[in-house]
Amino acid sequence: MRLSRPARIILRTAAAAGLAVIYVPLLLVVVNSLNADRTFGWPPTRVTTRWWTAAWHSQGARSALWVSVRAGLGATAIALVLGTLVAFAVHRHRFFGRRTLSFLVVLPIALPGIVTGIALNSAFRSVLPPLGLGFGLLTVIIGHATFCVVIVFNNVLARLRRFPGSYEEAAMDLGADTFQVFRDITWPLVRSSVLVGALLAFALSFDEIVVTTFTAGAGVQTLPVWIFGNMARPQQAPVVNVVAAVLVLVSVLPVYAAQRLSGDTASGGRI
Amino acid sequence: MAAGGGELTAPPRPGVRRAVAGALHRRPRLRLSLLLSAPLVWLVVAYLGSLAALFLSAFWTTDPFTSDLVRTWTTANFSDVLTTPVYWHVALRTVGTALGVTLIDVVVAFPIAFYTARVAHPRYRHLLMVAVLTPLWASYLAKAYAWRILLSADGPLDWALKPFGLSGPGYGLPAVVVLLAYLWLPYMILPIHVGLAQLPDGLLEASADLGARSWRTFRSVVLPLVLPSVAAGSVFTFSLSLGDYIAVQIVGGKTELIGNVVYANITLNLPLAAALGTVPVAVIVLYLLAVRRTGTPGTL
Repeated sequence: MRLSRPARIILRTAAAAGLAVIYVPLLLVVVNSLNADRTFGWPPTRVTTRWWTAAWHSQGARSALWVSVRAGLGATAIALVLGTLVAFAVHRHRFFGRRTLSFLVVLPIALPGIVTGIALNSAFRSVLPPLGLGFGLLTVIIGHATFCVVIVFNNVLARLRRFPGSYEEAAMDLGADTFQVFRDITWPLVRSSVLVGALLAFALSFDEIVVTTFTAGAGVQTLPVWIFGNMARPQQAPVVNVVAAVLVLVSVLPVYAAQRLSGDTASGGRI
Repeated sequence: MAAGGGELTAPPRPGVRRAVAGALHRRPRLRLSLLLSAPLVWLVVAYLGSLAALFLSAFWTTDPFTSDLVRTWTTANFSDVLTTPVYWHVALRTVGTALGVTLIDVVVAFPIAFYTARVAHPRYRHLLMVAVLTPLWASYLAKAYAWRILLSADGPLDWALKPFGLSGPGYGLPAVVVLLAYLWLPYMILPIHVGLAQLPDGLLEASADLGARSWRTFRSVVLPLVLPSVAAGSVFTFSLSLGDYIAVQIVGGKTELIGNVVYANITLNLPLAAALGTVPVAVIVLYLLAVRRTGTPGTL
């Protein structure tokens, strides 16, 4: 489409403005974490790294970070297994309910988090007590794993669709058995997509708050839950600022790694 | 692959492993059931089971004194939801919010996607999309917190608008709409970008050859072809807005949306919360059905 010069300029300006709108609030969080003013008046007059030191020593933020990491690792491990299994089943086999299964995998992130959250909450409440268990980190991991499956599933399935089945057929023609084909052909080809799926599943779990609220036991506080709880407390504001800034900066890592490893779109199977 | 090259040509070895491999190879059904058993137990039994139980509990009631569940069948919760004017107001406000968010996202996303898909130099297109989509992975709470700072009284927005004699909207429903639109914007940009990038050049050239100017081509050729992508993006922006209750608590002031009402009822009256929770799900299903009629590819 040949665009007139003014049209090009308008589009360019609109796109630049759009990108600015996307990034200015993120930048603001980072700048504010360096704002020396105790009440965070705007504009900042002086810069300080004092809050970063304070955040580093904040007991609450530290233990919340640790809970988040453990929850993320646990959920990622489960999602990795389940997501990869479903991706292989959907790609390799034709069976009754195949489309329904693909839909079912997406459902936990398609439905509002609060619905998934209370569903799991009431299920746990009726299932756990007879087993002598209660809400804790494990319930958070189960909740997170449920909606992380889709990320691994999407990434692995996209990779499986991209390489031809003839590689595996050639290996089988040469006498390799099912396990050898998997170890020598299939796994090396899908490995990086599994890794990307794992990274992004971890990122999704790390960021989750709604399902966490409904599945966490007393005293189990992930980083987002901690931020949410401390957001309205003025005396915690400096530390909250820093933690939010760290989360913004750190979020670049999984996306960067995913880009390097797979070169797929940056949505990473989330859309 | 290279490491296994030697083994691939080796003669078949007898052994248990080989026997199992052969058995698996001959029985695709067995392979399938091995692949699917664990995920199905998790997703169908645990997840769908919980959802079904929740829906079922919407037909129960609670003891007014102890708040314990009483498992007697009743449709009172649903008739409560349908006959209480407050719930209608909240539901309508929520749907209105979700529609507003979707509309804002379409208007903001279209020029960005148009630029990244058709105007920018092809070398930079991928990079631009990465720039647009990376914030998708930045923490939800950090973003919500950013807007809480931005919109606070005497905050950055007020400061920036002061020279013009204006002030920001402060906390309230408009702030919620803006924050949600911001949070879900990448979900709208990506589908439109993909839709625009896939437009065949020939169609645009044909339109130009027939004498159409840019605007006419845009209206008569581009827009109808990209509409399914817009619909696909709107599924995300609409349904994600519908169930959100965190953003409202952060920048909403006293605003109540359906998610908050569900949340407020969970501990004291789970059946009512469950009945209320079916409202956003029902609206989302209706919306999906409506969108499907517009011809959106069913891959979503």
